[in-house]
Amino acid sequence: MELVRSLHLVAAEELLSVAGLILLLVAAWGGDKAARAISIASVGVLTVCALLAAPALCSGATGPDTLAFGGQYKADAFSAFAKLLIYAGAAVTLIVAPAFFDRFKAMRAEFPLLVLFASLGMGMMVSASDLLTLYLGLELNSLASYVLAAFLRSDDRSAESGLKYFVLGSLASGILLYGVSLTYGFTGHTSFAGIRAALGAGPMSVGATFGVVFILAGLAFKISAAPFHMWTPDVYEGAPTPVTTFFATAPKAAALALLMRISLEAFGAQPQAWQQIVIFASLLSIVIGALGAIGQDNIKRLMAYSSINNVGFMLIGLACATQNGAAAMLIYLAIYVAMSVAGFVAILMLRDENGDPVESIADLGGLSKTRPGLAAALAAVMFSLAGIPPLFGFWGKFVVFQAAVQANLVALAAIGIAASVIGAFYYLKVVKVMYFDEAVDKVRGKSDAAHVVLLAVASLFISPLGYLLTNWLHALAGNAAAALFHVA
Amino acid sequence: MTGLPILSLMMLAPLLGAVACLKAGREQARTIALAATLVDFVLGLMLWANFDVGGAQWQFTERYAVFSGFSWALGIDGIALLLIVLTVFLMPICIGASWNAIEKRAGEYYAAFLVMETLMIGVFTAQDLFLFYIMFEAGLIPMYLIIGIWGGADRIYASYKFFLYTLLGSVLMLIAMFWMVNQAGTTDIPTLMAYNFPVKAQTWLFLAFFASFAVKMPMWPVHTWLPDAHVQAPTAGSVILAGVLLKMGGYGFIRFSLPMFPEASAQFAPLVWGLSMAAVVITSLIALVQHDIKKLIAYSSVAHMAIVTIGLFAFNQQGLEGSMIVMLSHGLVAGALFLAVGVIYDRLHTREIDRYGGLAINMPYFALFFLLFTMASIGLPGTSGFVGEFLSLLGVYKASSWVALVCTTGIILGAAYMLYLYRRVVFGVQKNADAAAMPDLDKREWAMMVPLAAVVLWMGVYPESFLAPMRKDIAALDARLAQAAPKGDAQLKVGAAKPVSAEHDAAHGEAH
Repeated sequence: MELVRSLHLVAAEELLSVAGLILLLVAAWGGDKAARAISIASVGVLTVCALLAAPALCSGATGPDTLAFGGQYKADAFSAFAKLLIYAGAAVTLIVAPAFFDRFKAMRAEFPLLVLFASLGMGMMVSASDLLTLYLGLELNSLASYVLAAFLRSDDRSAESGLKYFVLGSLASGILLYGVSLTYGFTGHTSFAGIRAALGAGPMSVGATFGVVFILAGLAFKISAAPFHMWTPDVYEGAPTPVTTFFATAPKAAALALLMRISLEAFGAQPQAWQQIVIFASLLSIVIGALGAIGQDNIKRLMAYSSINNVGFMLIGLACATQNGAAAMLIYLAIYVAMSVAGFVAILMLRDENGDPVESIADLGGLSKTRPGLAAALAAVMFSLAGIPPLFGFWGKFVVFQAAVQANLVALAAIGIAASVIGAFYYLKVVKVMYFDEAVDKVRGKSDAAHVVLLAVASLFISPLGYLLTNWLHALAGNAAAALFHVA
Repeated sequence: MTGLPILSLMMLAPLLGAVACLKAGREQARTIALAATLVDFVLGLMLWANFDVGGAQWQFTERYAVFSGFSWALGIDGIALLLIVLTVFLMPICIGASWNAIEKRAGEYYAAFLVMETLMIGVFTAQDLFLFYIMFEAGLIPMYLIIGIWGGADRIYASYKFFLYTLLGSVLMLIAMFWMVNQAGTTDIPTLMAYNFPVKAQTWLFLAFFASFAVKMPMWPVHTWLPDAHVQAPTAGSVILAGVLLKMGGYGFIRFSLPMFPEASAQFAPLVWGLSMAAVVITSLIALVQHDIKKLIAYSSVAHMAIVTIGLFAFNQQGLEGSMIVMLSHGLVAGALFLAVGVIYDRLHTREIDRYGGLAINMPYFALFFLLFTMASIGLPGTSGFVGEFLSLLGVYKASSWVALVCTTGIILGAAYMLYLYRRVVFGVQKNADAAAMPDLDKREWAMMVPLAAVVLWMGVYPESFLAPMRKDIAALDARLAQAAPKGDAQLKVGAAKPVSAEHDAAHGEAH
């Protein structure tokens, strides 16, 4: 009976694995001609998975009923929240990809499959309640991601980004694994509950502290937090834009959720062991993200630094080590995913008359005259990322900083928010180029209908209308955070 | 109270207009914008007519809990009422000022203006701390675009400066707001106004709010964004900037800093006085040497705003009332002066003072209006400027005669730079042929000047119309401040009455 119950809890992952394998066979026999059909089927699979995960979130599932496979796996409201973001990010990637790859005649059947398997891995990451499940999920996701980054085989930049991601990613995995082994060695457990109990007993041993540090360092790489951020600009720039969209949404959400789970659940009894590290990484990310972006002239690199910057703000929520902080971080994460989707879809729509991507910021000059709708959407994304009200990006910063003040971290909040003004400078630069400069009129390519629809939906979400969703978003994030803080 | 949510409607009307303008062509857009602002003006007049003077402190209240963490709570008192009426009065005039001047991308231009109007009304009506912040900050985006797209040569530098200065000022205020809400457990502004924060914390909270309001005000030495923004903004942008946006800082002080942190306000009053004294003297002297008409008026704005701050921090009824009247008067007068500059700028496309001269000969009506507004700016009795400056200085005299002395020199310097400007532009010989050939005011310009002139005179001759709605609110604020008000340096003692028989002598003695 235990097995049946467990299988029932992991229904979404089962569906993803089985569907992935079946579609793999379809790809093997159908070839690249079937790529589009497989993409559509994969989006369908992801939608069903989202529907499977949603009830746990809405009902605020928590406690022992959500544990599967002898406590290695947890299908609670928190993992459901993260999974919805992951599936959304993956589905968006699949929807925007064909129009981009067709241009290079590179739409292969493997693309949707890799995204599916990466989603499976990410689902395992956020549901993990054991270090081993965690590592399995993380590597499944990472391996698929390395291939995705290098997906445009004939393009040097793409190959370079794939290689960089692989080398640095393996290093990070190694660091993480070392941390895992130290933690296991000094606590005698691999399950989060066991680690928590072992650490909560008394003062922390030096070895266990090292374990925490190494695990956090490994995960900081995955979420591209400073000082482990250096791969981000190169990978974001080099990877094909749909893949960059993917990296900025789904794996980011998964790694942040994982970081939250391990910090607050496994190491939750000893928050002072990791709070300083998180505060340091947070402030450093905010500042490096802001300063690094100023000199960029490629919009994808700019978005990479912006993502480093935003991760810094999200870490402020984690640094609180409170339930409010966790909920705030999840709200920020959800809004950030929407902003990234809107931003990258808009970037995908920037194409010259031959259909080649336009990535240089200078080429956006006067975009508001030639393509007013697109320019307005991109400007909304920029102001939203900068956290200027009334755009919805402000709400993310609002809840995070409010949580920080409630947790008595007033100084952190004040420094963080003051540093956000530096960030505002480069977001303004993009708006300035689009609105104040003379028209370059380079962006002339037609846009795919799917892109337009996605951009419209994401833009509506980050527009002031998004505030009407705050009650709902707050309730869901509250459910998820409560599940995270429900210690059995 | 009628069931009509009039404040929400006042915010909705320009917003709908803005959406309609986006897609419209130039002619349609300006008609839509004018219609939307006139609708708002009518609503504003209804608001004033229905405002129950001496009634409840907060009227026309609305409250909908549609958001998490804050609510859509609106409501006004007399202070907010007058600032809203000022806003809706100036807006149609701004649209009129842009009527022919804006050629490119008119739809977006009017949309940005209408959004500004929505947000400004939002700032003055918000009864929720965070709703206020959102409205307060959101104004940055349309103003950034207005300066950056339709501004003059150095517009990009000016737009950045405007944006980043004001943003940096405001974000710290947000952190202070979080702390306050966490402490008091409510986001409701009227409740917070009566909440006694610990005196030690007030110091920090005051500084955080001060960082924001001082930049918006703007106070010396963080005023440097203003001349740049003014010079580069189109005429209507300058009118709105001087007329209403600068009032947000003053409104912030009167609504937040003073009632919420009375002890800290008293503690920092010498700082505010010092900065204001410096501002009055320094910016007036700077104004005296300007070659650019708009820059001159911009510096005079900083000097006038300093009179507002000393009045606010005088901690007495006269000072507070005076500050409010200076704010309203400056809104009208500085707006009108920028408009007058716009009139001649539209004809000659230069703001260089030297390029004009002798306009009294070919533009007599223009000269007349310009004279009236110049005099109002100086504070000539009979104009609105006098009432406000007199009350403010009277108020601060009670608190500190030295501050009053230094600030009063501002009036003299003000007369100097304004009259000097007037002489160079309007009097003298017609040394420039092109300036001498400029036609006098047309009908549109008459329609903009007359209402402004009428209100300036009305406020100067019968200020009671404007003082009455806010008297009770000012009194309430004064009572709230009484616990902390610093002692004035003029400690008057009532002497014992001399035993005299004649009634006339007794009355005479009292007057001393």
